[in-house]
Amino acid sequence: MISLAGRDVLHAWGKFVFTGMGLGLLIGVTLTMAGVYRGMVDDAKVLLNNSGADLWVVQQGTLGPYAEPSSLHDDVYRGILSMPGVASAANVTYLTMQVGEGKRDVRTMVVGIVPGGPGEPGYLIAGRQITRSHYEAVVDEKTGFKLGQKIRIRRNDYTVVGLTRRMVSSGGDPMVFIPLKDAQEAQFLKDNDAIINERKRTAANPAFNKPGVLDAVLESQNHNPFVNAVLVQIRPGFTPEQVAEPIRRWKRLQVYSRAQMEDILVAKLIATSAKQIGMFLVILAIVSAAIVAFIIYTLTMGKIREIAVLKLIGTRNRTIAGMIMQQAVGLGLIGFIVGKISATIWAPMFPKYVLLLPDDSLRGFFAVVLICILASIMAIRAALKVDPAEAIGG
Amino acid sequence: MEPSTNTQGILIEAVRKVYGEGDTAVEALKEVNMQVMPGEVVGLIGPSGSGKSTLLKSLGAVIEPSAGRMTLGNQVIYDNGWKIKDLRALRRDKIGFVFQAPYLIPFLDVTDNVALLPMLAGKSNKESRQRALELLEALDVAHRAKAMPSELSGGEQQRVAIARALVNRPPVILADEPTAPLDSQRALAVIRILNQMAEQYQTAIIVVTHDEKIIPTFKRIYHIRDGRTHEEAGEGRPFD
Repeated sequence: MISLAGRDVLHAWGKFVFTGMGLGLLIGVTLTMAGVYRGMVDDAKVLLNNSGADLWVVQQGTLGPYAEPSSLHDDVYRGILSMPGVASAANVTYLTMQVGEGKRDVRTMVVGIVPGGPGEPGYLIAGRQITRSHYEAVVDEKTGFKLGQKIRIRRNDYTVVGLTRRMVSSGGDPMVFIPLKDAQEAQFLKDNDAIINERKRTAANPAFNKPGVLDAVLESQNHNPFVNAVLVQIRPGFTPEQVAEPIRRWKRLQVYSRAQMEDILVAKLIATSAKQIGMFLVILAIVSAAIVAFIIYTLTMGKIREIAVLKLIGTRNRTIAGMIMQQAVGLGLIGFIVGKISATIWAPMFPKYVLLLPDDSLRGFFAVVLICILASIMAIRAALKVDPAEAIGG
Repeated sequence: MEPSTNTQGILIEAVRKVYGEGDTAVEALKEVNMQVMPGEVVGLIGPSGSGKSTLLKSLGAVIEPSAGRMTLGNQVIYDNGWKIKDLRALRRDKIGFVFQAPYLIPFLDVTDNVALLPMLAGKSNKESRQRALELLEALDVAHRAKAMPSELSGGEQQRVAIARALVNRPPVILADEPTAPLDSQRALAVIRILNQMAEQYQTAIIVVTHDEKIIPTFKRIYHIRDGRTHEEAGEGRPFD
């Protein structure tokens, strides 16, 4: 038996292919939206993996340090180091800010780390790790900074000594690693006018302006003893909960395991964005279905007389329905191939990471086929209603 | 190709068709009686609204008459009710249609337009195409076998449509104004072909027409007026 759908497609292949390409671009956008969501989730996981931590110790009652502000004294880590099961612990600060190089600046997450401790970038693609206590930086390659360049963070210049890759915040901003002390200063550094003004205000307060007290208060105002979190690595043989529970109990701090932190990042931090993307996906799916339905309906309506003739000469309804459905699925297949290729080409051009998973593509493929089948129903109904008598005049 | 085993042609007895019910009922066919023998081509002529299309649709098993009896070939297909369940198969196997316009399937080439019917009837692709090519040869369009319908002239398209109507060897062909879009020469050529095919394959052919050019060629003519048929002898002029 002749494939009526195949012959029709071959006969009008130009119209069919161009329509499929148009649909394909829409499918490409849909696949890319899914890739944007996967990229966000992957960024969140990368953030956790790259920290090298097993536990995150943060301010009690907060979801810090990524989802909420968290502030801890920078000597807390000493006590944590003495807790059972703790292999290493190090302070860390996180600060999202613009980092300048020459006339340009880049939105980054500046991470204050203790060189050699948890939180340090796990691998470099060029250069070396930070070895000095001040004014050295390791940057993610997405910042565009080069080895040896001077970058400006607040009022200080830092030399780029190392480059790393896929070190991004949950928002996709590339990371800049600097020594912890510099980061603590950068977090709370005030301009000179503000410092002079603060000193005058403190000196004018009779409660502080007493011998021995004023100097101590002024010193405390110029020093930042806080960090955002303590990253903890645990000893082999201990479970995260075995180590976390004594810290919660005796240090009165909040402790999160990797699984809990992943849950916070994925379920809370990017939940709204995920819903946003989900809405886009639903709308795009509906628009795609509407377009396929409209195209197939229009193509079918253009063949009403031929369908009437086919019915009159004895073609089965299922043959006619099959022809329309095959064309709809064919259109979807062309669209999917074009969409997949398009998404693969343009995904790397996006400023944030777009992760196109084969599983998503497979799901997308079946969704396209299903949508095309559903979209062809309207045209099939119209075709089956065609009266074979229409082929006979009068 | 073998001639059909048609021994009775078409026999229509007291066929009625009423559209609607009660006060709004319209009697399109009041009493239609016709007989067309195998190998015979008869004309069916009448003014607009006389019931020609209704009669053609009833004969074509597209609409159901209200009463009467119809026999195609050796089979009673209607006797105050359809006597056949699968009307689609009846149309495919027992009735050939030729329309005012050829209505070829635009995305199939000439051979496949003709071969589609036997394929629908379950014949193999090879056998179906073989039958199609034989008919195209007989109708002198075999040289366009691989052409698409849009590449054919009006006369060639109509010959392909006739081949399609004949390919399943139906006992009956219903031709609905088959020469309307053609000039005199081509119209007479189509009628000549229909007569040749009727004789060669022992097919009974009814030609509905208004075409003054071809009416004198029929040996028998049925006039239909106000839903009733009247038979008269035609001139039976030669086609050339």
